[in-house]
Amino acid sequence: MVCEMETDQIEEMDVEVLSSMWPENVGTEADKQFNVEKPAGDLDTLKEVTIEEKPTIADLTRLPELMNSTQQGSSQLTNLVKQWEYMQDNAVRLLREELKNLNRQREEAEAKELKIIEEYKFESNEPENVPVLDETSDLFRRFRQKKRDALVDSKKIEIYEEFDTVAYWKQKALNLEKMLEASTERERRLVEKLSESLKTMESQSAPVQELTQNLERAEGFLHFILQNAPIVMGHQDKDLRYLFIYNKYPSLREQDILGKTDVEIFHGGGVKESQDFKREVLEKGKASKREITFTTDLFGSKTFLIYVEPVYNKAGEKIGINYMGMEVTEQVDKREKMAKLREDNAVRKAMESELNKTIHITEETMRAKQMLATMSHEIRSPLSGVVGMAEILSTTRLDKEQRQLLNVMISSGDLVLQLINDILDLSKVESGVMKLEATKFRPREVVKHVLQTAAASLKKSLTLEGNIADDVPIEVVGDVLRIRQILTNLISNAIKFTHEGNVGIKLQVISEPSFARDNTLTADTEEQEQNGLTETSVWICCDVWDTGIGIPENAIPCLFKKYMQASADHARKYGGTGLGLAICKQLVELMGGQLTVTSRVNEGSTFTFILPYKVGTSDDYSDDQDEFSDMADHQSEPDDTAEGYFQFKPLLGSIYSNGGPGIGNDFLPHKVMLTSPIKLMNSFVADPSNNTGQSEMLQLENGGYVDESKLETSSGHCPESAHQYENGNGRCFSKESESCSSSQASSEGGTLEMESELTVSSHREEEKAETDLKETSKPKILLVEDNKINIMVAKSMMKQLGHTMDIANNGVEAITAINHSSYDLVLMDVCMPVLDGLKATRLIRSYEETGNWNAAIEAGVDIKTLENEQVCVRSTNRLPIIAMTANTLAESSEECYANGMDSFISKPVTLQKLRECLQQYLH
Amino acid sequence: MDLVQMQKSLQDYTKSLFLEGILDSQFLQLQQLQDESNPDFVSQVVTLFFQDSDRILNDLSLSLDQQVVDFKKVDPHVHQLKGSSSSIGAQRVKNACVVFRSFCEQQNVEACHRCLQQVKQEYYLVKNRLETLFKLEQQIVASGGMIPAVELGF
Repeated sequence: MVCEMETDQIEEMDVEVLSSMWPENVGTEADKQFNVEKPAGDLDTLKEVTIEEKPTIADLTRLPELMNSTQQGSSQLTNLVKQWEYMQDNAVRLLREELKNLNRQREEAEAKELKIIEEYKFESNEPENVPVLDETSDLFRRFRQKKRDALVDSKKIEIYEEFDTVAYWKQKALNLEKMLEASTERERRLVEKLSESLKTMESQSAPVQELTQNLERAEGFLHFILQNAPIVMGHQDKDLRYLFIYNKYPSLREQDILGKTDVEIFHGGGVKESQDFKREVLEKGKASKREITFTTDLFGSKTFLIYVEPVYNKAGEKIGINYMGMEVTEQVDKREKMAKLREDNAVRKAMESELNKTIHITEETMRAKQMLATMSHEIRSPLSGVVGMAEILSTTRLDKEQRQLLNVMISSGDLVLQLINDILDLSKVESGVMKLEATKFRPREVVKHVLQTAAASLKKSLTLEGNIADDVPIEVVGDVLRIRQILTNLISNAIKFTHEGNVGIKLQVISEPSFARDNTLTADTEEQEQNGLTETSVWICCDVWDTGIGIPENAIPCLFKKYMQASADHARKYGGTGLGLAICKQLVELMGGQLTVTSRVNEGSTFTFILPYKVGTSDDYSDDQDEFSDMADHQSEPDDTAEGYFQFKPLLGSIYSNGGPGIGNDFLPHKVMLTSPIKLMNSFVADPSNNTGQSEMLQLENGGYVDESKLETSSGHCPESAHQYENGNGRCFSKESESCSSSQASSEGGTLEMESELTVSSHREEEKAETDLKETSKPKILLVEDNKINIMVAKSMMKQLGHTMDIANNGVEAITAINHSSYDLVLMDVCMPVLDGLKATRLIRSYEETGNWNAAIEAGVDIKTLENEQVCVRSTNRLPIIAMTANTLAESSEECYANGMDSFISKPVTLQKLRECLQQYLH
Repeated sequence: MDLVQMQKSLQDYTKSLFLEGILDSQFLQLQQLQDESNPDFVSQVVTLFFQDSDRILNDLSLSLDQQVVDFKKVDPHVHQLKGSSSSIGAQRVKNACVVFRSFCEQQNVEACHRCLQQVKQEYYLVKNRLETLFKLEQQIVASGGMIPAVELGF
């Protein structure tokens, strides 16, 4: 009310004074100041009033009145001003209070914030534990930032605006209030969150319970283990008496065990050991394990793995042991088996690798040997050509120097051929191609003939002796060719290294040598012979001795090695290939024997070989006509076959003499003095592979003594006698000659009486001489060849060599021809149409063995003629079949031999080769 | 032509055949076999060789021209030719036959064709040369001369 009145007064006064008392800016300022609270309409009304009052005219009568009222108004105004000022002060004070209050509240809020921040900071030290709060703290940091901005704003206001206005403070108070509200709100939210996390904390307190459960389960598990584990557990005191025992398979009751020691409970192996072990552990105070095998009556043999540990009381004194045992019998068994297996495996592997190595080496060696053999074979053919040509050349007219050169050439060639033949022999033995034949032979005769032959080519004054013990069987079975080869080799060696004195062969029966003990063969021959067993074994020891230069002891070990001679000096002096002894040794070993040597320098050497022979009794002969005749001979001349001593002396007028009476005289007519060089076949090497024959040639210079039979051999005139080709090489003189004598006795009646007094070997010579005189028929040769040109050439060559030939164009024709008439030699082409040479030869050999052509008929060969008697007789002898090969792989010499051929000529056929072949096979 | 000259040229010609490797020492064997009792031996054998070889080569050509070559037939022919040529010393024919046979073994038709050509070539060469040789010999004989022995120098 007062206020309104005052306003009215002022309006009136304004009209009177004409100008307002108030400075204009104050009024407007105030207006502005109060614009907020006052309605705009009021101000407008006042302005209108002021405009209406302007035209008023002053009245002097009324002036004092007016003055009074003006004074009255002035005092009233002063009053009002005072009142306003008072009110203003009051308002300021109130606002100040308010501000103060707000400030305080703000400070409180800030303090609270700080406190909260600190709390959060503390909690955010471990943010991983309370991830929720982590976010919150971020949020809060943002808040704080905002708040600081706000503070800066308000300061600005303080700078630019007046503090003293109500509106300003009101405004500020409002702002602060809002901030307070926001902060309260934040606080509330934080408290909420806090309570939330508190709740989750509560829910997380469960682990304790879980652990308890786990513990319970572990306890259960332990119980289970104890109940079911296949172990024995026990606790024993320090006297090792059981205080507690747990056993999965209790066979003893507790009272049987508790309070007792192991030793008291169990008996048997291992108990003591375990007791000692426990004691040891107790003493040492160190837990340990051991495997102990028990063998007790209670549970048999069982292996336990025992773990023992000492037990201490709180004071650290030992009070006993805990022990735990587990049965590991099976595992131990398995382990042992495994170890054994592993060991076996390792051994096997080692052996395998060793074997592989050996195989590898063997293969390599075999390859090398094979190559050597092939090369030798390849070399032999052209070389024999060279030597042969040289020999032909030697028959032409030459001057002395040329002849000398030629002789060197021939002898060198012969040496090389010998070497190659030796190599081939060796490789044959080593590669196992060499097959041994089992034929009956008479050791005495073999010895005699070897000596005879040696004597025949002897160029020194040596006495050759043969000494055969009485207990040596008259006939034995063995590979006579090889034995003869060995003997000849050893004898020629002995002669070579002996300049004067004697060379001899000694034969005696010995008991089974130790190296062959495990052999099933028995040596008790005499007894068995008496018992009339058809086949027993006898070991014969053969010494080849000489009084020569001897062998130094250090040279003996390498004596039997290939290409080794006692010394290089010897090699130069005596020549030779250095293969001879190696071959002998290999052959002897191949036959299951042993070759040894003893020697003293300058006194002589003795080579001894021991061989097992089978001994046949007389029952064997009945099925063999030829052998039967042997027997007949043997019976008529018992002294000769059982003769135990021969001597061949270098006497004038006789090459050799025999121990038998009057023999020397019989030989006289056969002694021939030669005045020209003549080729001699020697019978040293009885190997069919020596087909070229040249290796066996010796050249005797003027004045050499020659057995007449040899002379005949070289001249190629031979009696029609297939019997000589026993074993295909015609060197088993004794048997052959004897069989000859019987079979030809009827036709040579005139000589029969004489023969009965002759030695075995003289039979043959005599007979030969006779037949040579009486029968001039030539040997029959069959050429089996399909190539016309080859036939023509071969035929012409034969003609030049003084022979004719029958021709067969293939194997079938050959068989037919052989069936129809008898041949002394067959030259067989290998590769032919219809029936090839190899097959044909096989069939012929089968015929010889069986006496019938069944095999041939089976093979489809048409045999029309029935076998006549003559053929039957012949069938027991071996027809020499010489292969003619084209030197290709398919026609290897090995295959020829394997198919029963005796030798081979490589194509193209030359005069030389033919001549050699005839020399070797037609005697 | 002077007889001595003819003999000389025959010798030289023969030598050249050896030097060229057309003939080998086996031919000397044949010549050795020729004597008074059989004065035409070499030419007889060689003529037989020619006849035989002509037939064989003909057969071979036919066999190899077949759609399906039967090597079982081809090989014996080649073997035969090889044997014959080897027997008379026709070295180069023989060598060609050896190669031929190895391809027969491999059943290589194309190579066999080539080999046949090679064999034929060598065969005609040796045939040609030998015929010339015989002509020379005949001329010498016709002029009353002796056929000189070939020196053992090869």
